[in-house]
Amino acid sequence: MKNTYTSKVHPVYWIMILPMVVLFFLFHTTPFLQGIFYSFTDWKGYGIWKVVGLRNYLQVFKDPSIQSSYLFTFKFALTATILVNVLSLLLACALNSKIYFKNFLRAVYFIPYILGTLIISYVFRFIFSNIIPDIGRALDIQALKVNILGTEHAWLGILIVTVWQSCAFNTLIYLSGLQSINPDIYEAAAIDGAEGLYRFAKITFPAIAPFFTINLVLCVRNFLMAFDQIMGLTSGGPGISTTTISVLLYKRGFQGGQFAYQSANAVMLFVIVMIISLVQLKLGENKEKKYE
Amino acid sequence: MNKKISRSGTGITTFLFIYAALFVFGILYLTFVIAIKSPDQMVHIMAFPRIPHFENFAKAWIMTGFPKKFINTAVITILSLIFTLFTNSAAAYVIARNRKKSRIINLLYYYFISALFIPFQVLMLPLVKQASVFHLDNILGISFLYVVFGLPMNTFLYTGYLKTIPEALDEAALIDGANPFQTFLFIIFPMLKPMHATIAVLSVMWTWNDFLMPLVLLTKSEHQTLQLSQYVFQTQFSADYNLAFASYFLVLLVPLLFFILCQKWIIAGVTNGAVK
Repeated sequence: MKNTYTSKVHPVYWIMILPMVVLFFLFHTTPFLQGIFYSFTDWKGYGIWKVVGLRNYLQVFKDPSIQSSYLFTFKFALTATILVNVLSLLLACALNSKIYFKNFLRAVYFIPYILGTLIISYVFRFIFSNIIPDIGRALDIQALKVNILGTEHAWLGILIVTVWQSCAFNTLIYLSGLQSINPDIYEAAAIDGAEGLYRFAKITFPAIAPFFTINLVLCVRNFLMAFDQIMGLTSGGPGISTTTISVLLYKRGFQGGQFAYQSANAVMLFVIVMIISLVQLKLGENKEKKYE
Repeated sequence: MNKKISRSGTGITTFLFIYAALFVFGILYLTFVIAIKSPDQMVHIMAFPRIPHFENFAKAWIMTGFPKKFINTAVITILSLIFTLFTNSAAAYVIARNRKKSRIINLLYYYFISALFIPFQVLMLPLVKQASVFHLDNILGISFLYVVFGLPMNTFLYTGYLKTIPEALDEAALIDGANPFQTFLFIIFPMLKPMHATIAVLSVMWTWNDFLMPLVLLTKSEHQTLQLSQYVFQTQFSADYNLAFASYFLVLLVPLLFFILCQKWIIAGVTNGAVK
């Protein structure tokens, strides 16, 4: 490696990149490092402060509201990731088969992605509170008669909205994966007698494995950060049952005077997101290698 | 489309249409139909009203100060789009062409890419403090922050695409007396067009629909974006669903029109980004 960096870099290159490096350091890296620093202090967001070492981290582990928000966020992210990927893959396969109005349907299925999550959540909040109970009364189904967002199953409402919206983007990514498969391979497989699920497991899935990895990483990351749909649907309620880590960070960090304490929470969140993403990328890499 | 479509293809088409009618058009229809009703027409929620109340749109337009919020959002979206395309592609160009030549630039690549693992929420608390010190808690400031925060993802996408543009072009331009900046601006930048399209779509969708960053940064009402104003007006809409939905519909209409106009381009752009 030592001898690879030999040639000189033209000075104009440095002029082109330096401003961006400085700005990125100032407005991205600096706040990040500040957050880590303050997580070791007792700053409220104003006034005097002192260094308190690991106290915030020890508190965070014992805090029941933080524990419950982590549990909820993981449960939500895991379920949503599985549902979104299964549904997106099915939709992508359907949209990739020989159908009428292919381009029109593909465009339609992308629409949820372009709509703002907050507003979509307000629309769905109305559906849950006014339309579904009406349907429940008309059909006399007890489970549908109440507004789900006010019950202990509120998270299912959030799940529905999230899956509905996220499927759009993920379907498109799977679709571009499916389109990259050479149709000749399918013909060869058909001659060898590979059909249906067997064909999917042995040919289709290995071919789209990289897209599967992208989707998993993006999904888990986005869902662990879920914010807009929670604020639009439940504001974290009832109680704190649907409070994700992001919502907790926002509510307590800005309004609760827990700047340093929530910074420790944010640092933990960062470590978790990083570990999960790296593990996924590593597994994805191995999976792709296996099929090469 | 000259291939024969089988019976199962017809079945799948029908299924896809029903699903789309329920879950895409159904939702849009619902938003529209509630927006044009008066409260006493809400008994049959889904039915189209005999007398549509289009004046709800005008009321919502005035009540939420739509034109001002629209201009704010548009300025943020357009400014950050233009600066993202130029500055982020220039940074990626320098990195792509010099990673093998300079250790520092190679490290810069990993520096930017590793920031992909840092979610906005993690640095949100200190950022807000810093933004008020630097007076970035306004329209121009937030546009600037979008440009900086998009850098990790865009560096990743642009450097991936730059691998497909031969370096021989750069060398030829150098021999003709162009410096790297001129080479970038006149030769490479135009050739990055497919990736510009991808990044433009992702950038516009992000900045137009973003809620969290405006929520924590734009505390003054004259700086509010469309998304943020819907949140702020929640309490004022209270039980007047019709007015609220008229307002939602106005906000949803903009990206919908944008999508209908540049649908092919948007889908190609996102697909292109995923494949790279």
